[in-house]
Amino acid sequence: MGEFKVHRVRFFNYVPSGIRCVAYNNQSNRLAVSRTDGTVEIYNLSANYFQEKFFPGHESRATEALCWAKGQRLFSAGLNGEIIEYDLQALDIKYSMDAFGGPIWSMAASPSGSQLLVGCEDGSVKLFQINPDKIQFERNFDRQKSRILSLSWHPSGTHIAAGSIDYISVFDIKSGSAVHKMLVDRQYMGVSKRKCIIWGVAFLSDGTVISVDSAGKVQFWDSATGTLVKTHLVANADVQSIAVSDQEDSFVVGTAEGTVFHFQLVSVTSNSSEKQWVRTKPFQHHTHDVRTVAHSPTALISGGTDTHLVIRPLMEKVEVKNYDAALRKITFPHRRLISCSKKRQLLLFQFSHHLDLWRLGSTVATGGKTSGKFLVPGKHGDTLPLSKDADHLLQLKTKGPENIICSCVSPCGSWIAYSTASRFFLRRLNYEHDNLSLHRVSKMPACLRSAVQIMFSEDSTKLFVASNQGSLHILRLLEGSFKHLHTFQAQSGTVESMCLLAVSPDGNWLAASGTSAGVHVYSVKRLKIFEYSIPDKQYTEWSRAIQKQGFHHHWLQRDTPITHIGFHPKRPAHILLHDAYMFCIIDKSLPLPNDKTLLYNPLPPTNESDVIRRRTAHAFKISKKYKPLLFMDLLDEGTLVAVERPLDDIIAQLPPPIKKKKFGT
Amino acid sequence: MEAAAARVVRCGGSELSLRRAVFSADSRYLLCVSGDFVKVYSTATEECVHVLQGHRDLVTGIQLNPNNHLQLYSCSFDGTIKLWDYLDGILIKTFTVGHKLHALFTHARAEDSVFVTINKEKPDVFQLVSVPLPRTPRQDAEAGEPRLVLDCISPSPKCVAFGGQGDYVAAVRDFYLSVYFFRKKATSRFTLSSSENRKHAKNNFTCVACHPKEDCIATGHKDGKIRLWRGFDDERKYTYTCLHWHHDLVMDLAFSATGSSLLSGGRESVLVEWRDAAEKTKEFLPRLGATIEHIAVAPAGDLLCTSHADNKIIVIGRNLEACAVIQGLVRDSSVLTGLMVDPRTKALVLNGKPGHLQFYSLQSDKQLYNLDIVQQEYINDCGLVQIELTKAAFGCFGAWLATVEQRQEKEGELELQMKLWAYNKKTQGFLLNTKVSAPHEDRVTALCFRSADKSDVPTLVTASRDGRFKVWVLADDSDIYRKAEGWTCDFVGSYHKYQATNCCFSEDGSLLAVSFEETVTIWESDTWELRCTFCQRAGRVRHLCFGRLTCSKYLLGATESGTLCCWNLLSCALEWSTKLGVSVMEPDPRSEHVAAVARSSGGSDLFVFKPSEPRPLYVQRSICSEEVRWGVFVPRDVPEALASEALQWLNRSQFYFLTASQSLLTFSSKSPEEKLTPTSKQLLAEESLPATPFYFLLGRHRQQRGEQADGAADGERVQLPTTEGVPAVSELLHTPAHVLPSAAFLCSLFINSLLLATEAPSAEETPEDAEMEEEGERDSSEEEDAAPEQAQQAGLPDGGDGGDEAEALQQQLSKCAEKELRKLRRVDYSWVAVP
Repeated sequence: MGEFKVHRVRFFNYVPSGIRCVAYNNQSNRLAVSRTDGTVEIYNLSANYFQEKFFPGHESRATEALCWAKGQRLFSAGLNGEIIEYDLQALDIKYSMDAFGGPIWSMAASPSGSQLLVGCEDGSVKLFQINPDKIQFERNFDRQKSRILSLSWHPSGTHIAAGSIDYISVFDIKSGSAVHKMLVDRQYMGVSKRKCIIWGVAFLSDGTVISVDSAGKVQFWDSATGTLVKTHLVANADVQSIAVSDQEDSFVVGTAEGTVFHFQLVSVTSNSSEKQWVRTKPFQHHTHDVRTVAHSPTALISGGTDTHLVIRPLMEKVEVKNYDAALRKITFPHRRLISCSKKRQLLLFQFSHHLDLWRLGSTVATGGKTSGKFLVPGKHGDTLPLSKDADHLLQLKTKGPENIICSCVSPCGSWIAYSTASRFFLRRLNYEHDNLSLHRVSKMPACLRSAVQIMFSEDSTKLFVASNQGSLHILRLLEGSFKHLHTFQAQSGTVESMCLLAVSPDGNWLAASGTSAGVHVYSVKRLKIFEYSIPDKQYTEWSRAIQKQGFHHHWLQRDTPITHIGFHPKRPAHILLHDAYMFCIIDKSLPLPNDKTLLYNPLPPTNESDVIRRRTAHAFKISKKYKPLLFMDLLDEGTLVAVERPLDDIIAQLPPPIKKKKFGT
Repeated sequence: MEAAAARVVRCGGSELSLRRAVFSADSRYLLCVSGDFVKVYSTATEECVHVLQGHRDLVTGIQLNPNNHLQLYSCSFDGTIKLWDYLDGILIKTFTVGHKLHALFTHARAEDSVFVTINKEKPDVFQLVSVPLPRTPRQDAEAGEPRLVLDCISPSPKCVAFGGQGDYVAAVRDFYLSVYFFRKKATSRFTLSSSENRKHAKNNFTCVACHPKEDCIATGHKDGKIRLWRGFDDERKYTYTCLHWHHDLVMDLAFSATGSSLLSGGRESVLVEWRDAAEKTKEFLPRLGATIEHIAVAPAGDLLCTSHADNKIIVIGRNLEACAVIQGLVRDSSVLTGLMVDPRTKALVLNGKPGHLQFYSLQSDKQLYNLDIVQQEYINDCGLVQIELTKAAFGCFGAWLATVEQRQEKEGELELQMKLWAYNKKTQGFLLNTKVSAPHEDRVTALCFRSADKSDVPTLVTASRDGRFKVWVLADDSDIYRKAEGWTCDFVGSYHKYQATNCCFSEDGSLLAVSFEETVTIWESDTWELRCTFCQRAGRVRHLCFGRLTCSKYLLGATESGTLCCWNLLSCALEWSTKLGVSVMEPDPRSEHVAAVARSSGGSDLFVFKPSEPRPLYVQRSICSEEVRWGVFVPRDVPEALASEALQWLNRSQFYFLTASQSLLTFSSKSPEEKLTPTSKQLLAEESLPATPFYFLLGRHRQQRGEQADGAADGERVQLPTTEGVPAVSELLHTPAHVLPSAAFLCSLFINSLLLATEAPSAEETPEDAEMEEEGERDSSEEEDAAPEQAQQAGLPDGGDGGDEAEALQQQLSKCAEKELRKLRRVDYSWVAVP
């Protein structure tokens, strides 16, 4: 059943942008991640680390700080000097507010969550009151000589520590004056460096201030006396980030060498209450700077220039070896960046500021007519020679500083739709032999401002647009123009955005899923709404039998979310799905595997008899050949297209990491 | 003959680095195991102060008695634990355990018991047990029933460590760390991943050390990592830190006395000090010469020492500067040069460090010096083919040394080099004179100098497998720049293209015998003419030597197939031959005797014979259980007169031999145990008094008193004490007024101190003073009054000679003198102790 010709595409040279900040929210178990291009992503750690929300980036918004405040409110601040609050329901920016202190380097919400503190370029620390609808400036603290790079609240909310260049200040919140100024040694391995930048501070409830600096030191200070207690030299380069656990019994620091060090508070002897901080385990999951770290109750989270978000569970905190006990590395966004036109064999790649349209190559080899850059078929695993190379047809650049949110190419290949945060674009493509011309479709309706998700119907006559206001628009596409058919308004009272769309092949049914995991099914003909709500939003249409029997334990141990599901048009029993590491075809007609059978069977043994093959066959056919797999879809009955993005290629495009002497080289 | 059989004794050269060395509490002495003995070295002078003899098998562990730091426990394979007074070199007690003991541990918390490693049932299952030691006045006692502490541990004492002042014991083996808590009586076990993949395959534990103050265990690993474990009292919450510098396995770890730094060492021969157990703050002491096997730290914290694989102990100061080196006999893996005697120093010469020749003094059991022959940096890397020093010979009464080194890759060409070294009187060492590359086309099988008079030209003969022997003579090598002499080839001889297997000069240097496989050829050394040949058709000739003195007309040859032949050079005929598989044949340079060691089923047998008689003078069967590789006669400085007829051959020289397992053995006709005189013991005891303020107060005064007493007794001079020199006066002046006793009390003392001591204290007052003395001294040192008897008893079993009584008498006398001295001290300054 699973014999396909596969286009193996590797020319999608997508480079995710580096991670700048992460902020962990304990109550909702969510993680906010901001990238250097201003994108903010929200991961749900309880739901399989799925990236559930996404705020598009903006060229001028370089985020430097990110924090959660009371009531699941997310704030960010950046070098443009603005504090931004995000609307997590509408997936939009609620407001932005200038702090009038120059670029903002640091931000911290008070332990109660009602106050917000920002540290600015001009050396001022500003306190804001968080009101239900907006934030309000309250006061300035004593101005310091140079920029405030890090801030930390004492858990009681009475004092703060602020890291600047060459010194750390401790402020009293009431008076707003600096209580202590703790000078940091500039010396680095006996050599005096120009400056010692305090990249991060953490204020513990016992009055200890922990600082990390550009000389590679982790230092412990007594804030009551303003004296240095202990120094750990952990790196030859900068230590750039620190995060403390809620219990204050462990913390984690990230260095520019890509190493993450874990510190723990352990008792000196078993029968004394004296405790000391000990550096325990180093983790080297990054190749570049670790710009930010977070400490969830069960895991250490780190991100940096090398674009990986690494979630490393703490084994001693994890009760049993299960789903949560695996190390996760999230590199690629979980949303769709690639769309394909089946008819014309086109692939549309979405980058942050442009779109690329490619035509797949072809082959005339005996194995089949398909191709890509590399090819499979004929015999299993063969590579077919290409008769025609893949073609780069078009590059479409957006104007303005905003990033592209979503894009789509129609199945017929003659329409391209994409959207930024403020505008929606529709383009018509005309093919004249090998030439390609592009026409702009103007006069977009006023209601169509920005889209979260775009989808064409199978026959390319209708365009479905999910806007960020919670409404769904249906457009009829004509030759060179369009007509606005209908708008499904959001449920009364909610403004939640639809982030997933699916269309039935006959174009009659439209399914949409929002941020609150409900699934809405719309009948396009009768313009009516049916609603279903199922607990697992990943598996929309799956039989009760498998729920009853349960999944294979290996299947449940997978730790990456499934990012795409498709159906075979000719064989309705087949479901195709993939995540970043495997591609799976589920045959509903075959028996489900139980725990005794082998889930992953890479090559069906051809030499064995049919009886054995039938006995060992089960519903799940898994291929791990392509990884990391960004996109996989059926082009036609026997042809698949798989888009891979090897991690090494991404690393090669990043700036070179800090050179470390490796022993034996 | 049986009655007078010579004992085979180990003669030093045993491994000093078998176990960690132990410092005395004041770090003035270093104690280390050495074969069946324990040696006490002075850390300041590097000299061996005492040899604690008494164990009958290899000593496997030593530890200071935690309750009395002047005593030492030792354990051995002979199943006993012995308690020593190491300052006086006296055995105090022997406890019999009954099992083979592999390691010994003590700690202060367990007062009456020690911990040993034994294996009970299976050969490789080792247990750590605690052995209670009974408190009996008797000298020999049965130790109590061992109680199991930890099962399945490694036999190496490096893999067990006590920590937390004796609260727990940590043991490592393979991939796990077990910690036994004495209070909870529970064991926690921590396992590292041991999968076969490359990353974790070398996770094996190699050693363990415990922090002296904190709950922290340091473990060394095969991949060079050091892990610091903390929080191990909870099996879930434990955590560890990694320190990684070593690229090869960590051989040993030790915490400093205060625990502020961790010391580690390994094959890199670099001592690493990790300050504050942090990765970035480390200090190095590089170029220590050989693999660091053990690291020991003085309890006082001022010194540490590293034991090395080349039988060396380096004492290192706290600032990581080597301050003393104790070098034993270096054991190379293969002694290719054999044993030689340096005619000048009478030192034993053999292969030492790779590419070196070591000069080892048999008398003092230490290395005199090392001669670097190869003069190339030694790279410690397995799989590398090194240059080997294969042959060496002394000639012309020690004026010349010839060495041959070779290096052969598996399929490469043989690299061969001969070097000739001249003795330089000014520098008292050998200087390279001539270097001959490729002296032969194949391996050199033998090398010998002509033992000629001083007037003759020094001559050297080399025999090689390329079928030739070459004669090298010293010739004038002067040019316009300098006057020099060098060695040149004078003659090349061969015999039917047979391989030359050995060569030998007659005693007067007139004849040269060269064996070519089965044939022995005799050459005239003046003209290099072939005089005659002997062929016995009994296999290749391996050993060849001329007889000496009265037997100089005989030539002896031993073949590989096991025949010993003796030819008469006058009649050119075979005198006698016998079947004997000779592995070593050595002539005594001072007599006619020839010693031959033959391999037999029960071990190796020794035969001593004169070439003139086919009947051996002396036979000793199974001198050792393994093969004897090399042997040599070392001339005695003073000829001994041994009564026994059979041992006449030991009169003028001593025979030393080296076995396959690198133990250097010799024959002894008596127990060599009367080296240390009681007076020196006494001196040592005084010297060992700690340098406290009281010592300065009392010790100095006692010395002065002693001198005065001596002077008075001799009656040679009478000296009036000057006022400022009298300690009583100065101490009166220097003591704060508020601690001084009443003036009435001091008055008599003051007057007394001004009086002259006229004679030694009279006899009648001694008894009660002695009584007082007994009571006063009991608490300070318990073993002291037991010491004299024990010294006697220790002396008795072996010897039975007359020397012992004299020794005991002398000892008592000195004891007496010491008591008098102490009494003097007490009379003067008892008031100091009053407040």
